[in-house]
Amino acid sequence: MYPSRFRYEAPRSIDEAVALLHQGAGEAKVLAGGQSLVPLLKLRFAAPELLVDINSLPGLDYHRVDADGTIRVGALCRHADLERSTILATRQPTMAAAARVIADPIVRNRGTLVGSLCHADPQGDWASVVTALGGYVTAQGSSGRRNIPIAQFVTGPFQNALAHDEVAVEAVIPAPKGTVAGGYLKLERRVGDFATAGAAVALEMSGAVVTRAGIALTGVGGSTIDAADAAHALVGGPLTADSIGRAADLAAQAAQPRTDHRGSADYKRHIVRTFVERILTRVAQPTERAA
Amino acid sequence: MTRALDEIKIGGLGSSRKRVEDNRFIRGRGNYVDDIVLPGMLHMEILRSPMAHARINSIDTSKAWEIPGVRLVLTGEMMATRNLAWMPTLSYDTQAVLATDKVRFQGQEVACVIADDPYIAKDGCEAITVDYEPLPVIVNPNQAMADGAPLIRDDKENQHDNVIYDWEVGDKEGTDRAFAQADLVSKLELHYPRSHPSPIECCGSIADFNRATSKLTIYLTSQAPHLHRAAIALVAELPEHMIRIVSPDIGGGFGNKVPVYPGYVVSILASILLERPVKWIEDKTGNLISTGYARDMYLHGEMALRKDGKILAMRMHADSDHGAFFSDAQPSKFKIGLLHSTFACYDVPAAHLTARGVYTNKAPGGVAYRCSFRVTEAMFFQERMMQAAADDLGMDQAEFRRRNFVRDDDFPHRTPFGFLTDSGQYGKCLDVGLEAIGYSDFLKRKEEAKKQGRLLGIGISAMTEPLGAGNSREYDILGVKMFDAAELRVHLTGKAILRTGAKTQGQGHETTWAQIVAHELGLPAEDIVVEEGDTDTAPYGMGTYASRSTPVAGAAVAMVARKVRAKARKLAAHLLEVSEEDIDWELGRFYVRSSPEHGVTIQECAMAAYSNMPDGMEPGLENVAYYDPPNLTWPFGCYIATVEVDPQTGVWDVLNVVAVDDCGVRINPMIVEGQIMGGLTEAYAMSSMQFITFDAQGNCVGSNYMDYLLPTAWEAPGYELHEVVTPSPHHPIGAKGVGECATVGGPAAFVNAVIDAIKDTGVRNIDMPLLPDRVYEALTQRHDVSGAPPVKTDD
Ligand SMILES: Cc1cc2nc3c(=O)[nH]c(=O)nc-3n(C[C@H](O)[C@H](O)[C@H](O)COP(=O)(O)OP(=O)(O)OC[C@H]3O[C@@H](n4cnc5c(N)ncnc54)[C@H](O)[C@@H]3O)c2cc1C
Repeated sequence: MYPSRFRYEAPRSIDEAVALLHQGAGEAKVLAGGQSLVPLLKLRFAAPELLVDINSLPGLDYHRVDADGTIRVGALCRHADLERSTILATRQPTMAAAARVIADPIVRNRGTLVGSLCHADPQGDWASVVTALGGYVTAQGSSGRRNIPIAQFVTGPFQNALAHDEVAVEAVIPAPKGTVAGGYLKLERRVGDFATAGAAVALEMSGAVVTRAGIALTGVGGSTIDAADAAHALVGGPLTADSIGRAADLAAQAAQPRTDHRGSADYKRHIVRTFVERILTRVAQPTERAA
Repeated sequence: MTRALDEIKIGGLGSSRKRVEDNRFIRGRGNYVDDIVLPGMLHMEILRSPMAHARINSIDTSKAWEIPGVRLVLTGEMMATRNLAWMPTLSYDTQAVLATDKVRFQGQEVACVIADDPYIAKDGCEAITVDYEPLPVIVNPNQAMADGAPLIRDDKENQHDNVIYDWEVGDKEGTDRAFAQADLVSKLELHYPRSHPSPIECCGSIADFNRATSKLTIYLTSQAPHLHRAAIALVAELPEHMIRIVSPDIGGGFGNKVPVYPGYVVSILASILLERPVKWIEDKTGNLISTGYARDMYLHGEMALRKDGKILAMRMHADSDHGAFFSDAQPSKFKIGLLHSTFACYDVPAAHLTARGVYTNKAPGGVAYRCSFRVTEAMFFQERMMQAAADDLGMDQAEFRRRNFVRDDDFPHRTPFGFLTDSGQYGKCLDVGLEAIGYSDFLKRKEEAKKQGRLLGIGISAMTEPLGAGNSREYDILGVKMFDAAELRVHLTGKAILRTGAKTQGQGHETTWAQIVAHELGLPAEDIVVEEGDTDTAPYGMGTYASRSTPVAGAAVAMVARKVRAKARKLAAHLLEVSEEDIDWELGRFYVRSSPEHGVTIQECAMAAYSNMPDGMEPGLENVAYYDPPNLTWPFGCYIATVEVDPQTGVWDVLNVVAVDDCGVRINPMIVEGQIMGGLTEAYAMSSMQFITFDAQGNCVGSNYMDYLLPTAWEAPGYELHEVVTPSPHHPIGAKGVGECATVGGPAAFVNAVIDAIKDTGVRNIDMPLLPDRVYEALTQRHDVSGAPPVKTDD
């Protein structure tokens, strides 16, 4: 496992990183946690001329909550930080549930949420979670800062909307308007395995009524799937066995799984249905909702 | 009044002394092949075939030669000029070292680049262009045997199809007669999927040829250094005394490090040509895609039964997929290993087994992955068949086994295929296991759970297996008989060095061999250093695999210690000034029988051997013993698992696992338990998640750790271990092999438990691995799920 030759830079500021990427003219790659990029380098599936290591950039290892409830995750916040986060544990059940099931503890110590979004692996868990939550990514490049909604950020399998000289600096989850509920379930063959199928459900509720819903699916299509119809079926009413069943059916329909060695297409679709139903059935109990 | 030493205190038999080797392993101070750096050392990388079956039209290496730092590029054509393009395998076949005419599996070795560092060597591989002409691909025995199937081994004269052998054993007529009298015939068909031993350390070598001394030193990831020395002497036509194999610390073997691999051979030639040390270290994909795989066998059987549950006869057929070259490491007399050891613990009056081996476009190997030569397949089939038959009879699965076990007073017992088992308490082991798992209680819980729509199941697997090849009458590899040797040298201060021809790879020989010496001589175990793996210093031996070290090399250790003790007795008689007949031995000390307070310690004898020997006695206190066991050892294992299956997802969780092992006398109980837990974890892996499969083009799925899954501490279930001790009647300290028992016996316990949980659906079999989707399919479609898992069938 010996990568091709590459040049390595460890800039000290975002501006410097952007300048290096600009000079790299598309032949440079950002290195964050390295948990996806380094394997690709070793397999020689990726052979960039320049690695711009952002791990020395100051002030990006945060995750925090604004006064209004907006959650911000910096580009160097590791999966492990989110796994242990009290902010998520008390305010964001979908993210809290996902943080625990990403990869294994060793990978979680290095890998980043923002890097995972940038990597845009259809089997990546965070893209589903951020999609369900309607989040966005803030990028900084030669021409300044911009916010890219997650639906536009992930443009395809392993493709994102960043320009070659842009660094993703943070991921943002907008403030919720009511009570927050949700969850993430993932079927894996073993700890550290990518999802055979996964489902992210994120709800905002006013009393028993669902005011906003997001459902997104992992590992059952060419990229993260936004099961918008399924989510829509929940909005405006309470969670009932009927509405839950309908949403679960619609989510299963939205899935586009393929048969492979992890399981048949039908099975994966069935798992999506089962997981969406399980999460919704659980959160239909009032005690399961976060403040 | 005895002054015998407390055996446990000196680290003798039965002492769970800590493993002495762990001191360096835990501190990261081991010395593996890749840790060794020699002056002027070069690095080799292998270019592998991306295609499973293709003709090689041409190979252009010119661009690779142009890269600065590239020292040598070798292809099959160049190997052929030295008669090294092909090499013999351990099963009387030939295997390509570097492909000349065709590639025959994905990942096959095509060219090698030797360079100043491994990065440059890899660049060199990338710069080579190979013009392949694709050929039709065969990925299973059915395709291999089909009319008009492409011929994989067109290199071999007289090979007109893809069949390697047709082999049979047993009594066909007697079996037919028994079937004619059966009340019931139970049938089962299954596939034992291809898996891989997958040691964490991959294979590698450093060949260091010194022109001035003509000596070739090879640092090698070898489970069998002497066997490898002989093989290399024959392949490379080098004099055996000029070859030194050093097998340093080995990061796991599990059978994977028994064969000779192309990388070894090419690194040797490269070193001879360049007169510099050449290191080759395989990467994980190289290891998984090209080196000795295990299993990949289709088994079909019928059992003739009487209504009351007595087994009358067994009929079996195996189709074995050997990949592109028949390179199984196994005793030469048996084409399909010891598959015919199946049903050894049951009284089966008649049996007949046929086996066919075929070539396919897959990696060669057929190694005994933690298994005494195909015994894993044998016992898996046996215990799946036992459960199917019990269900067909409507009989309790424990009772059905008990009824057919060979009885304790029935030894020695001739098995239906001719093995001679010699000892065991099978019924007792089963009872201990049933008691521990709470069998009758569980059956009640299972019924209650069913009323709530929950699916609980219990699976039993019980087996005795043949461990410890030889004896030399029946067991040899390529004609070299299977026995072992040990050499013991006691220094004048009573400290000692012990060497054997086995090679520890995690089994803990450095700890346990010293315990055997402690038991025989009364020297504290910590006073004995154990050394293995250097063919210039170690006595001859066949190496460590097939659970043979304790049965064979371990016996040699006891025997050499006894030889040393016999000489020490003479020294003691001299020191005590009595005749030899007048002294007795107690642990650590000889004494005068008539006045026991007069005695000398073994250390005093050692000192005398160098400082005060009687006239005419040869000085020194050392010896060597060659041990040719009279029979195999027959440990027994009974594994019981309980599971709960989620009917909505097919996910199954293990509730409890009980293991009862009877491996005779335990040298170090802690190490034995470690072996059993490791074996159970591998058993769980194979039953739940592990396989290597191929798509229709022969692309390998399972050539990295994202696809080939090793369970972690997270998913491995907990184990409850129990023991029964029936000493081996012939082993000098009564020990039997144990390293593989749980890997061999374990898988059927898990599979039987899942099948038991869902058997109301009429499902009789789901082939391993029991991935949730396969269980779900069986549950909902109410049919068996057979064969290897599919690969991207939508493409
Ligand atoms: C064994 C293993 C198991 C895994 N299992 C899972 C799993 O179950 N679920 C899951 O979701 N993931 C899994 N992963 C992937 C892991 O979560 C990665 O950490 C994550 O996908 C990428 O984050 P990273 O910080 O490591 O990114 P890197 O590997 O450093 O980068 C990945 C890609 O994103 C780009 N990039 C990264 N950060 C930025 C940035 N700030 N701006 C612009 N571009 C950027 C890089 O250039 C590169 O192309 C696994 C990884 C491994 C090794």
